[in-house]
Amino acid sequence: MQINKLQVEAIKCGSVIDHIPSQIGFKLLSLFRFTETEKRITIGLNLPSQKLGKKDIIKIENTFLSEDQINQLAIYSPCATVNYIDQYNLVGKIFPKLPKTIDRILICPNSNCITHDNFINSSFIFVKKLDKNMNLKCQYCEKEFSKNIVLL
Amino acid sequence: MRNSLYKKSIISINDLRRDELELVLKKSAILKKEPAPNLLKNKIIASCFFEASTRTRLSFETAICRLGASTIGFSDGNNISLGKKGESLADTISVISSYVDAIIIRHPQEGSARLAAEFSNNIPIFNAGDGSNQHPTQTLLDLFTIKETQYRLDDLNIAMVGDLKYGRTVHSLTQALAKYNKNKFFFISPDALTMPNYINDMLLEKEIAWTRCQNIEEVISEIDILYMTRVQKERLESTEYANAKSKFILNTKILQNARSNLKILHPLPRVDEINYDVDYTPYAWYFKQAANGVYARQAILSLVLIENHF
Repeated sequence: MQINKLQVEAIKCGSVIDHIPSQIGFKLLSLFRFTETEKRITIGLNLPSQKLGKKDIIKIENTFLSEDQINQLAIYSPCATVNYIDQYNLVGKIFPKLPKTIDRILICPNSNCITHDNFINSSFIFVKKLDKNMNLKCQYCEKEFSKNIVLL
Repeated sequence: MRNSLYKKSIISINDLRRDELELVLKKSAILKKEPAPNLLKNKIIASCFFEASTRTRLSFETAICRLGASTIGFSDGNNISLGKKGESLADTISVISSYVDAIIIRHPQEGSARLAAEFSNNIPIFNAGDGSNQHPTQTLLDLFTIKETQYRLDDLNIAMVGDLKYGRTVHSLTQALAKYNKNKFFFISPDALTMPNYINDMLLEKEIAWTRCQNIEEVISEIDILYMTRVQKERLESTEYANAKSKFILNTKILQNARSNLKILHPLPRVDEINYDVDYTPYAWYFKQAANGVYARQAILSLVLIENHF
């Protein structure tokens, strides 16, 4: 017998970020400043997932994430999907693609970078290395960091 | 020839294409032979030094005077009201940009020049050094001096000596020379001050040969340019500094096997990494290199501020 039971309450209208690796859900909430909105947000942590084993999920009511926001999710959560919901129906499904630049959300690890002052938004570009790893390069101080250092 | 540098901010040597570098070098050579005292008459250029740098500031201001422009500004960020009143760099630049035709900025924080360019309302910004990041006009004068002495920027053997980890001049010069063909680099530094990986990786990606060497003697007979930099005492443990110091001090004995065309460059100030008797050899070119700074800066200022230059 198949048991169809929602792990997190359904939303009537808005965005559902699904297949977030577990332990990343809270990070996304703060990084993308979802906590600063007045909208109703439901979060599920460590839910069972066929794809990931365990996953986090975020549902934001009456909000449709922009393409830019969705693509920026890809750095932390490359397997995530974003579902648009309207009248409890799935009306769109988007797979984040790694963007060319990551603006605003990351902090430059170089403590002497100007982006730490002056209320300037950070901006990083991806640099593909010979070993196929991805580095992130700050567009202001021009310093290059391995992805893990910037995403900490 | 189209002047693609017109109205462009000069923030990083990485932003300049090879043809743009060539344009600056060509113009530098012209201005060195034929001074053009009225080229920037009626232009006002701000020289904003948020940290002291006497050599660079005087070089820029000499270039401005030689072109007939006027200069306003300050030479030390600690003595200006802007910083003391807590005004942001963005606001400061926004205000100054309404007074002048171009802004030269020296600032201790990396990325400050790029930030300034975003708030200068299309008034060109010249980066005169942003922390340990970029100092593009230093690289332009280095390139000009190399071309002037070697008659080419391709197919050169270049040794870089000293603090290769923190020295922005060697990073930028390597990046610039990597735009040319068949150059070969020799990096000579203490273990704690080796060239950063991103520079080594860039050379590897462009399939440009580079070698790490233990001392200058190893390569002296092969090189065209010996680019010396200061090993900073504060960067090393005292024993490491003592070892490094003895290994990387250039003297006339080391130069015995040098090629006749070898030129020794140094961004200055020199402390004790080049013996004074080297100054009297035909290889010593660091003071002429510093003098070339004025021509290179005259060239870049005039190219950015005058559209139909040629």
